[in-house]
This record gives sequence, C-alpha cells and structure tokens, in this order.
Amino acid sequence: MSEALLSARDLALRFGRVAALDGVAIDIWPGEVVAIVGESGSGKTTLLRVLSGLARPDAGSVHYAGQDVLAAGEAARRRLMRTEWGFVHQNPRDGLRMGVSAGGNIGERLMATGHRHYGGIRAAAAEWLRRVEIDPARMDESPRKFSGGMQQRLQIARTLVTQPRLVFMDEPTGGLDVSVQARLLDLIRALVAELGLAVLIVTHDIAAARLLAHRILVMRHGRVVEEGLTDRVLDDPQHPYTQLLVASVLAA
Amino acid sequence: MTGTTQAPSPPTGGRGSGEGGTRDPGYNFAYLDESTKRMIRRAILKAVAIPGHQVPFGSREMPLPYGWGTGGIQVTAAILGPADVLKVIDQGADDTTNAVSIRAFFRRVAGVATTERTAEATVIQTRHRIPERALHEDQVLVYQVPIPEPLMRLEPRIAETKRLHAMADYGLMHVKLYEDIARHGHIATSYNYPVMVNGRYLMSPSPIPAFDNPKMDRMPALQLFGAGREKRIYAVPPYTPVRSLDFEDHPFRPIRAQHPCTLCGSTDSYLDEVLTDDVGGRIFVCSDTDWCGERQQAKAAVE
Amino acid sequence: MSWSLKAEGLGKSFILHLQGGVTLPVLQGIELAVRPGECVALAGPSGAGKSTLMRCLYGNYGAGQGHILVRHRGEAVDIVTADPRLVREVRRETLGYVSQFLRVIPRVPALDIVAEPLVAQGVARDDALARAGALLARLNLPSRLHHLPPATFSGGEQQRVNLARGFAPAYPVLLLDEPTASLDAANREVVIALIAEAKSRGTAIVGIFHDAEVRDRVADRLFEVTPIPEAA
Repeated sequence: MSEALLSARDLALRFGRVAALDGVAIDIWPGEVVAIVGESGSGKTTLLRVLSGLARPDAGSVHYAGQDVLAAGEAARRRLMRTEWGFVHQNPRDGLRMGVSAGGNIGERLMATGHRHYGGIRAAAAEWLRRVEIDPARMDESPRKFSGGMQQRLQIARTLVTQPRLVFMDEPTGGLDVSVQARLLDLIRALVAELGLAVLIVTHDIAAARLLAHRILVMRHGRVVEEGLTDRVLDDPQHPYTQLLVASVLAA
Repeated sequence: MTGTTQAPSPPTGGRGSGEGGTRDPGYNFAYLDESTKRMIRRAILKAVAIPGHQVPFGSREMPLPYGWGTGGIQVTAAILGPADVLKVIDQGADDTTNAVSIRAFFRRVAGVATTERTAEATVIQTRHRIPERALHEDQVLVYQVPIPEPLMRLEPRIAETKRLHAMADYGLMHVKLYEDIARHGHIATSYNYPVMVNGRYLMSPSPIPAFDNPKMDRMPALQLFGAGREKRIYAVPPYTPVRSLDFEDHPFRPIRAQHPCTLCGSTDSYLDEVLTDDVGGRIFVCSDTDWCGERQQAKAAVE
Repeated sequence: MSWSLKAEGLGKSFILHLQGGVTLPVLQGIELAVRPGECVALAGPSGAGKSTLMRCLYGNYGAGQGHILVRHRGEAVDIVTADPRLVREVRRETLGYVSQFLRVIPRVPALDIVAEPLVAQGVARDDALARAGALLARLNLPSRLHHLPPATFSGGEQQRVNLARGFAPAYPVLLLDEPTASLDAANREVVIALIAEAKSRGTAIVGIFHDAEVRDRVADRLFEVTPIPEAA
C-alpha cells in the first residue's frame, strides 16, 4: 500500500509529573479517518497539538509526506498549515475571525496562498457556503450573527476551501446541541468521503467516532491502550479501559 | 545628515524663516545626547538594510506629547547635521502649528536653517503627506508614524504579527481589502493604504493619502519612518520598489477630488476641501502649500 | 478443493474486565471452509456462538486464536492479523456482511445508504443510485421511501434497506445474519432468489437462518456451532 501521510513514533511529552504523551506512535494514510478517543486528560488533545506542530514533544518524531515536521521549523510548518493541512477547533471562535465576514473567513486561506482575484475568491466562498449548507446570500454577514452550528460549518468551509490533504479536528461537535451535532457529523462525513481527506479527529464522543472514523486509537494516561478498526474496537473492546469507555456510552 | 556635532555652520537660507543659526547652547546639538543619536542611527541603518522591516529602538521622552511627531523628531534629530536645511509639513502645509513648532524646535536646539521650499530642503519631516514636487537623491523624507504595524487592527497579538512578518504570511491584509470591496464595492482605504516593500515586507506608509502611495515607489530620496510611542523605525532606501496591495480585478487606484485647485489650477495634485462660508460654499485647494505657492508665482510671472 | 473463506483453529473468548476479569470462552477450534458458490448455514442452539462466529469472520470481533482466511484479489488474507487498512479493503471489495439491524446514519436517505458501497468500489454515482433504486424496488420498498432516511422506517423496511446494501455490490464472500427475520413471505422469496443468484455468480455465503424453510432452500450444508462446556 501507499506511504503513510503522517507518521509519528515514540512521542513523549511531560507536563511536570504528568506524562501527557508516553511512547505514542501513529500513522495516518491518505483518505483515512482516524479518531483518537479517551476522556479529558488522556493526552488526546496534546497528541493532536504535537502532530500538527502546535506543541513540541520532549522526544519522538513526526513525519509528514516524508518530511521531518519537528526539524522543519516554523516557516515550513506554517506553509503546511495554510496549504496541505487544516485545523478545525472545538470552539469556532478559535478558528474563525469574528470581525471578518463569512466570505472573508473562507477567502483568507485562498488569499494566503496567493489568490488575488476578488471575483474568483467570492465565487469560491459562495460555493463553499453552499457546500456547508449556509445560504450564500449571507456571505457578507459577520459570523457573530451565526448560530454555533453555523459557525462550526463556516470553520469547516474555511478549512477545506484550499483542499488540504490532512485535517486535524479537535472535538468539532463539542459545544453543540445534540440535534446540531448530528447534522454537522453527517456533513463532515460526506465532505471527507467526497474529498478523500485524511482526518485525525479527537473526540470523547464514541458515537461520533463510530460514524466518522475508519480506525480508532484509545488513549489513557498519555498512552495508546488500544487501536484498530472502529467497529472492532467499539464492538469487541479488549483493554479494560476501552471496555469501560464503551460501557459508559448509551447505545453508541 | 551632513557634518556631525561641531558648532552649526551658517544657514543656507529658506523662505520666510531665515532666522536659523542661533543654537541654544543649553542643549546638545539637535536636543538628543550623542549616544542616543548613535542608538537611533544604528536602528536606522538596520532599517535601511531590511527595507520595510520595523526595527525597535529606545524611544526617548521628547518635549512634546506623543502623537505630535515624537518618532519623526527623534529620527530627524539623529540624522540632522549643521549644514542641513529642514522643512516640516503637516497635512502638506508648512504653516500649521505642528510644523511651525517643530521647525522652531530644531532652529533652537540645532541651529539649522529651515525652509518651506521642498526644492531647497535636505531633510523633510512630514505628517500625512508626500510633497508633490519629485524628491531627489540628496533629500531625506522623515515620516511621523502613529501606528507602524499594518496588521495591528487585524491581529492584535504583537508576537503573532511579528511571526506573520517573519513568514511573509500576508493573506490577512488582503482579507482587509476583501472586506472593503465586499462592504463598499471598492477598496475604501483612502489613507494609510498598505504597501509591499521590495516584494518582501508589508508596511504601513503612515496616514498619507493613498494618492501619495505611487510616489514612494522607487523614490530617489531615502524614506525614514519613526513611531515614537510604538518605538519603531523603518525605512525605504532610494529606488526601492513599493507596491500598493490590490486584487487583479480591483487594481489599486490613487484617488483625488475631481477638481482643479481653485488657487493654482493644478489638476494633478492632492486637494483639500475648504469650506468658505456657512451656506455650503467650498473650494478645493492644493494640500501642498509650497507646491501651490510656486505655481501661483509662476502663473503671476507669466501674466 | 478451492475455498473463498476459511477458518482454521478459530477460537474466541471474551474477557470481561468490568466483571472482575471473568473469561467467557465462546468459540474453540473452529474449522470451516466455504467454496465459491456454496452456502453454509450455521446451526446450533441459541447462545452457541453463531453470531460471534459471523462477527469474527467479518473482523468485527477479534479472534483469540487461529486464522480467518479470505480469498482477496486472488491472495489469502488473514483477517485476524491483517492491517486494519487491508481489512477495510477486503470489506470494500470482497467481504460483505448483512447484520440483523441497520445502523442508521442521520440524514442519509435509503438510496444513498444502498449506493454507498458501490460508490466506494468506484461505480459512478448515478449508476450506483440507479442500481440501488432497482434493488430496493425489487425488495418492494415503496419508492417514496427511497429518498428518506430510514430512521423512521419499520423493522422490515430497515431490514430490506440493509439487504439491498449487502447484495448491491456482489461481494465474492457474503455473511448473512438472519436476513429474513422480519420479512413477510413475498420479501422472503425475493431474498431467497437474491441468495440463489449470488451463489450462481460464485459467491461464498455463510448465514444464520432461523427460518427452517429458508435455510433448507438456500443452504448446501449445515455447520454445527456447539456450545463450549463451562470451563472446569
């Protein structure tokens, strides 16, 4: 099979006495959706931050498409972040510019990668609003006027407009009402399949992981305690912690 | 910029302000002490070496409040020599309070000659304008800058703006222009219109009208920018490319009022709108008073 | 004799960590080979582990011992040890599974649920939707339901969506867990016909059929799954 898109080995990171990451290895292949599940403090968000270059590990390696991410420096990392990668934050306010219109938010990544045709940028923004089920007529409105679910969909449009190959998602349905969550999950599921994106999604929502992910890693105390095909891990959990996690969910 | 710190040489004249040359011995030449001037010159040299890049400097307390040109004055003080001829303009005019005060200040503390004539000046300190008359290699244009960071209103974290400059990551600035067009149908930024210097650094040209932006491009004179409160100096060396940001389908256009100057008839200079009465009467006149005066004199001479 | 699916020395126990680490052995020493075009019905009392065996064969449950070999692109792939990505590929191209219950995805219409595995195999979307629609029609699902998400469908309607999804891609190996449980007689006949057609295409089928009539009509042989005696 092809090369892994993102590949990390022996990641370790301590915050004082707490081991946030302890010997973590992970591979993500093109077009693959991988969920990292675990409860708060399990190290899953730290792993996401380290893999996306937002935090440095004490030890270990991260390679993207053969390139050493940790050695590459910030300029290269930022270039990745505005071209090949995307990051969807739990709180849309962390991923959007609230003082900039919806269209401007979507256009920013295009402009950052050298697009200089206003009409073209607007056409792309309208198209992406439509794809995330926001009326393109609202393109010039501030995201402040949008509901939480719309803001999150806008963040996804803004992230996907440059067609990244790998998207990091940190609890993308975290702060939303259950009904809104379902719609968002379905939207993400459809876009990911359509665009063939590789996605690394951190969530404590087992149902979301089942719906979206091909593969699951279960983290606890900074370690990956179990990993495998999503349905295998959730239907036949092996590790005591995974059994507890699955048993704690109502009808996942 | 010529000579150093000996007693001032006699002034070389200047219209209506030839009383230079009587330096107050109670001050060091040009007010600042020598080590401060050296510190500022080092910052200037660095700024010239990296066109458009903001260099921090140890801005001093000056005997006037921030916002009155403390950054420009410190840059002027650091480059001024006894043989220099200083012109100071505010919104293009030589006769406004600020311009008059700063000229008087340097006459007193440096004993230099001052002038209102662009052609005669060796150092021109300006707020909000570039003179209409083309500048030449022997001149230095010193801008007073209130806010040196072009990204500040878009990205309030200073550390982040520095990173954006370091990475030349300027998509954000285009977002601002995009928002202008989305809201107003055109780029509504008419002052402080952002520019790219030498194809590398995004720079605030200070609050000059966008009309003046093209004058910065490949200007033969050295351009220095001083921000006193923000403690930054930056520069555009002579003949450096300076490009105003725009979109392919919304190209940059310098805008001026569609009138001739009421006083001199100029059709290609930047105009101020002046109300002449309280019933809506108004005229348009050159904002550059020296330019306008020269043209009026030339017209009178012809007639 | 050639085989499409083979279990060798297959064993499966559950360790219930939440119940003090109790070990429940369910399968032991399973030896099963299914030829192309053959339908094997799992037999045995309720609780003997028939469903567990089905799930192991699909890789949904992890086997503790032994091998599960699937003929995939001409090669034998061991589901027990294969990389998850390879298992996904095997499931996409070779190994189908019709569970008892449809897992409903919010907002996705029945037609898309059925077409999805075809699209994943590279069938053009319009073709996939056409084939999905035809299959749903054959299973007598009213066309007004095709464009609705099945969340509100009856058990029988959901089952037919599930069957269509399983039969649409013509997998070389197909696992059927109680495919006719909630169907009326007419639809049972359709499923029997679908199974016969699959067999004639060379599909190897393993099924659990509680309906003796269906079992007798589709199965070539029975495979007895016997309960493991309580551990001494």
